[in-house]
Amino acid sequence: MTPVSIRSLSKSFGQRKVLEEITLNISNGEIVGLIGPNGSGKTTLLRCIAGLLDPDKGDIYIDGRPRHQVDPEILARSLSYLPQSGEIHWDVTVQALVALGRLPHQGRWRALTDVDRQAVTRAMEACDILEFRHRPVEQLSGGERSRVLLARAMAGEPDVLLADEPISGLDPGHAIDVMDRLSHLAHSGKSVVVVMHDLTLAARYCDRLVLLHDTVIAAEGAAKDVLTADNLARCYGIRAFHGLAEKGLVIVPIARTNQGDVPVSGKPDGL
Amino acid sequence: MRKEQYLIRIPILFFVLAIAVIVAFLASLLVGPASINPFELLRAIFSGEAVTASLIFFEIRLPRAILGLMVGATLGLTGAALQGYLRNPLAEPGIIGVSASASLGAVIAFYFGLAGLFALALPLGGMLGAGLGVLVVHLLAGRSNSPLTFILAGVAVTSFAAALTSLALNMAENPFAALEIMFWLMGSLADRSFEHVWLSAPFIFLGCLVLMTIARPLDALTLGEDAAQTMGFNLGKVRRRLIFGTALSVGAATSVAGAIGFVGLVVPHLLRRLTGNRPSRLLPASAFGGAALTLTADVAVRLLSPGRELKIGVLTALIGAPFFLYLVLRQRKELS
Repeated sequence: MTPVSIRSLSKSFGQRKVLEEITLNISNGEIVGLIGPNGSGKTTLLRCIAGLLDPDKGDIYIDGRPRHQVDPEILARSLSYLPQSGEIHWDVTVQALVALGRLPHQGRWRALTDVDRQAVTRAMEACDILEFRHRPVEQLSGGERSRVLLARAMAGEPDVLLADEPISGLDPGHAIDVMDRLSHLAHSGKSVVVVMHDLTLAARYCDRLVLLHDTVIAAEGAAKDVLTADNLARCYGIRAFHGLAEKGLVIVPIARTNQGDVPVSGKPDGL
Repeated sequence: MRKEQYLIRIPILFFVLAIAVIVAFLASLLVGPASINPFELLRAIFSGEAVTASLIFFEIRLPRAILGLMVGATLGLTGAALQGYLRNPLAEPGIIGVSASASLGAVIAFYFGLAGLFALALPLGGMLGAGLGVLVVHLLAGRSNSPLTFILAGVAVTSFAAALTSLALNMAENPFAALEIMFWLMGSLADRSFEHVWLSAPFIFLGCLVLMTIARPLDALTLGEDAAQTMGFNLGKVRRRLIFGTALSVGAATSVAGAIGFVGLVVPHLLRRLTGNRPSRLLPASAFGGAALTLTADVAVRLLSPGRELKIGVLTALIGAPFFLYLVLRQRKELS
């Protein structure tokens, strides 16, 4: 069964249309990248799937059932959302923060069980944060903090993980670490939807890309079919260097389309 | 997975807090203008004799100590709940207007002479005021889950209630009535009876119970509203419970003891790190801490000025205001 199915979804904020007639299916075991310029509706779509926004029109189905018919507490156990903001308000330890991911599995009064503790340990192992699990979160670097927040989202062992720009602000090494973990999660049978701006990493890690532009899906499919020079010019207004590296496409934005003749040809080192 | 490491283990923390409450409670029973010999008192209790010591104990000290315990626990617990919900260490029970509107309700009972007609008019007026004030805050904040709207609505109600209280003081024909209102507003546990205990206890108990049900959502709010909502928590419901629980418990506490400030601000602050910064653990810890602090402050006012007893609200403000300034300065330092 398709874990997430979106049919003819539309959403406006006041007079401004953000999404129109979006239809999209997310399957088990795949990582789907939502890409598009700022304001193209990526976060809005993710928030609609997460239940933080109600669509004006259309339906979202989770495991075949309309999302609004699924009890939020049950939905929380199968779907986890990693917000863009990365808010952490109190200086808890890394382990305590990751354990918050088990809240949907706990009753109102029940403490963490051994099953919960094992899930928290697995999430910390997967994100390679076990060694500093007793450290307060305020003492973490940006990269460590991102991995801790990802571990929190993974601790609930959800079937669907929605991540909104999980690698924004990270250096390339940490960005690759986070994407590796998301990819590993997807290929263990879960579904991952990730909003991102780094087109090279999107091309490398995502099984499928969905390019949003002007309220609609402008292109969808494999990276080589979506990240064409034509689509980048039309949707982002950029010209980019396209290269082919060992592990996939390399896209380097070079200039705005209206900036005249900036050369974009060349070959990446080592090819 | 090893259990979490804290500065002090949680069971030990609660044990220490419980001991502090018991010691402060016993001190509250034994300290006062008339000295009570505990052995004489025990003998009088078991023999059933109505000696002076047992009269003072049962009619004055015991209700006062029980009220101190309940009021302090309420202030500590609601302070922790509000700080957790608003994710702001400077929040306290007065922030949503409940203390000011409870005070206004009691002042109206004074002003129209109802307090002279029957003793319980004052606390009943306070509770009615608290209920109405919080209802207005709830309506003003509307369906928004934003803490900012909530705080602004609380500030509006607090300001309006304070203005009406000043108006009542201003218009009071009898200067003694104005003075009585002033003294009541300062907060005190003196001269309270078991009637006050029975009147406030059900509301305080129910309010605190409601607040304890939001412990888990408060933990989830550590990660912000979006994350908490996607973890299955209905934040609208959480806010309604917070308002309802605070109105019941703080409304009842203010109605019988007047406005005792700063306990709800200071106690959660002192205990936050010791509970590993976890809102769900801070709630019960702050209830214990609030009770211990209020009982200790109430003993202190009896010892500091035995002739003309200092009001407990004055003492907590004298200690709390510098502490508040310290918090502001520390936060400024952290931000810079």
